[in-house]
Amino acid sequence: MQLTTHKIKELVEAEYKYGFVTDIESDTIPRGLSEDLVRMISAKKSEPEFMLAWRLKAYRHWLTMEEPNWQNVKYPPIDYQDIIYYAAPKTKEDGPKSLDEVDPELRKMFDKLGISLNEQNRISGIAVDAIVDSVSVATTFKAKLSELGIIFCSFSEAVQKHPELIGKYLGSVVPYTDNFFAALNAAVFSDGSFCYIPKGVRCPMELSTYFRINAADTGQFERTLIIAEEDSSVSYLEGCTAPMRDKNQLHAAVVELVALDRSEIRYATVQNWYPGDKNGVGGIYNFVTKRGICKGYGSKISWTQVETGSAITWKYPSVILKGDNSVGEFYSVALTNNFQQADTGTKMIHIGKNTKSTIISKGISAGHGQNTYRGLVSIQRGATGARNYSQCDSLLLGSECGAHTFPYIESKNPLAQIEHEASTSKIGEDQLFYCKSRGYSNEEAVSMIVNGFCKEVLRKLPMEFAVEAQKLLGVSLEGAIG
Amino acid sequence: MKNNGNSIENSTKNSLKNKSAILSIQDLHVSVSGKPILKGIDLDVYPGEVHAIMGPNGSGKSTLAQFLAGREGYQHTTGNVLYHGQNLLEMPPEKRACEGVFLGFQYPVEIAGVGNTYFLKGALNAIRKYRGEMELDAVEFLELARQKMKILELDPNFLERSLNHGFSGGEKKRNEIFQMAILEPTLSLLDETDSGLDIDALKIVADAVDKLRSPDRAIVLITHYQRLLSYIVPDRVHVLSQGKIVRSGGPELALELEERGYGWLTDMTGTLVTARAVADPVRSVLS
Repeated sequence: MQLTTHKIKELVEAEYKYGFVTDIESDTIPRGLSEDLVRMISAKKSEPEFMLAWRLKAYRHWLTMEEPNWQNVKYPPIDYQDIIYYAAPKTKEDGPKSLDEVDPELRKMFDKLGISLNEQNRISGIAVDAIVDSVSVATTFKAKLSELGIIFCSFSEAVQKHPELIGKYLGSVVPYTDNFFAALNAAVFSDGSFCYIPKGVRCPMELSTYFRINAADTGQFERTLIIAEEDSSVSYLEGCTAPMRDKNQLHAAVVELVALDRSEIRYATVQNWYPGDKNGVGGIYNFVTKRGICKGYGSKISWTQVETGSAITWKYPSVILKGDNSVGEFYSVALTNNFQQADTGTKMIHIGKNTKSTIISKGISAGHGQNTYRGLVSIQRGATGARNYSQCDSLLLGSECGAHTFPYIESKNPLAQIEHEASTSKIGEDQLFYCKSRGYSNEEAVSMIVNGFCKEVLRKLPMEFAVEAQKLLGVSLEGAIG
Repeated sequence: MKNNGNSIENSTKNSLKNKSAILSIQDLHVSVSGKPILKGIDLDVYPGEVHAIMGPNGSGKSTLAQFLAGREGYQHTTGNVLYHGQNLLEMPPEKRACEGVFLGFQYPVEIAGVGNTYFLKGALNAIRKYRGEMELDAVEFLELARQKMKILELDPNFLERSLNHGFSGGEKKRNEIFQMAILEPTLSLLDETDSGLDIDALKIVADAVDKLRSPDRAIVLITHYQRLLSYIVPDRVHVLSQGKIVRSGGPELALELEERGYGWLTDMTGTLVTARAVADPVRSVLS
């Protein structure tokens, strides 16, 4: 495998194409974290009293917590006083009233990322909420969606216009006490997306949020909340990129999903934060808490993630299956190249009767990448007839990377069925030579084999994004094997 | 079938005289991990010809095929390989494929999740693109594939399956020839395509290969057994032993081998092998 290893090194030099910085005037607050800072963020957003109170409780709780260290990743200690917790592109007066007023520089930035904020130019069928650093800068198709009663806006706007919904659901799935990073997020989160689908409405277009970290030394702490009322459905996608910087930047987001009776939420992520350079310098720490609750009878939550970026990814999109006959799904592709590390998986908590969950995880490691699947399947006492199927496959490219699997299974109900399958394989010289002997270049061959490996997951993505994700996998592995 | 046996005999002495050869191998030496495997191969293959390379296991047949297709892990010590007069050994494997060299694998590789159609359409278009031809769209490709599938009597659901994934040995070999039929290579190196095939499948595959004979292409069959050569009658038969071609002749040589085994040939080179059986010459040498 020596030749292979050699070529892996060449491959690894593939460039991160979203690494540019946009020169926009930005409104930042001083570095560091304190109770005053939490008040300042809340004041900047003119939040109602209940929000400030919640943030302060979270902050005080966070102070009592220890940073977790059980995950299978290594990084130097984070200095929480050296982070800028709020950075917003400066807007004139009260900010853009309509899409036409969005700063042309910002518009250009999104064009460069392939995300048009111009409704006429967009592929119809996708509405976008664009978030730069700490704030939402634009949301498209709002008017069209509101005709159906769908609320799709920035979190800040939702706090102002729909405080009753925020008050009712904020922290109801991921309480601020949940974990260290969730508590930190609750204290300092600055924006995010909010989405509410009323009873009986099937959202006619894909909703998506595009996250961009632009400013230096800032952390991004956003919060997304999606509520699907009875008999409604929505498909949601998030994408993310960041400039190339030598310093690690922290991204600690929280996503909460609430699915009521017979509703369905499909949540897809294509995560492409800056992964650091080939020597492992820089990159985003992506420490995220994502959880959904199938609250109602027969409801369904499906997570699909394609994780190719970030220096470290640490997340477990989970489903609490509370309603009887509810369904939880987790489809994941996690790719680590160079010195990237990922510790990711899911938790399926079966509470209701006849609840069903499926876990399909595909981990790909190249370079010195370390890829860990960690998952929990928990069957509670009352979950009679619960079923789970898990499949965890790992693919290794080269000899210096690692794949690890930690499945946790607990069942308190004797009438539950749990299945777990796992495999580890290596892209063989045989496979590569076979493809090349038919005219494929090395890159084409690797990308084809990897995409074949991930097929079950990729086909769960909305069409346009599946194509994007395939390309992304190819690019992230460029040069990863010989 | 043309017979230019004499010119070939001469050309092995000095192949530069014959500029029209598709493949010209001159005094080729190849080692694996420092151990010499091919020890001076000379071979010229002309347009329209079918050559058979026979010989016991370990004689270097598969090494020759894989080396010619560009597999890594072999050390080329001396000698030349010209393909249409160009140095073949300087080309990476994908370029060899684009230039029209095809290797039918002895053990075709499985790739889960990659559909047969997807794989083969990609391969054909890579080659067409290289040649500056228009790429085929999905509809055009499917039409071509259906037509070629008939020749190999492949099941209609074959196209939707993953590449060789879960295929039987026979299906894999048929797939190799199906790929050959689609890609229409100038030089086909078929490595033990007949092994693992039952008699019916052998006949289908052999007929398909025979149909692909044409005046401007050449085929090199590597085989243990004479039985394939009853269906595809070669122009030339070579016996490879201990890394050297010890005997070349017309199709009658294959029949002679069937009768007499390899022993009488290998003895001539001073090696230790002796023939013990006639029914299955290859196995007898191996045992």
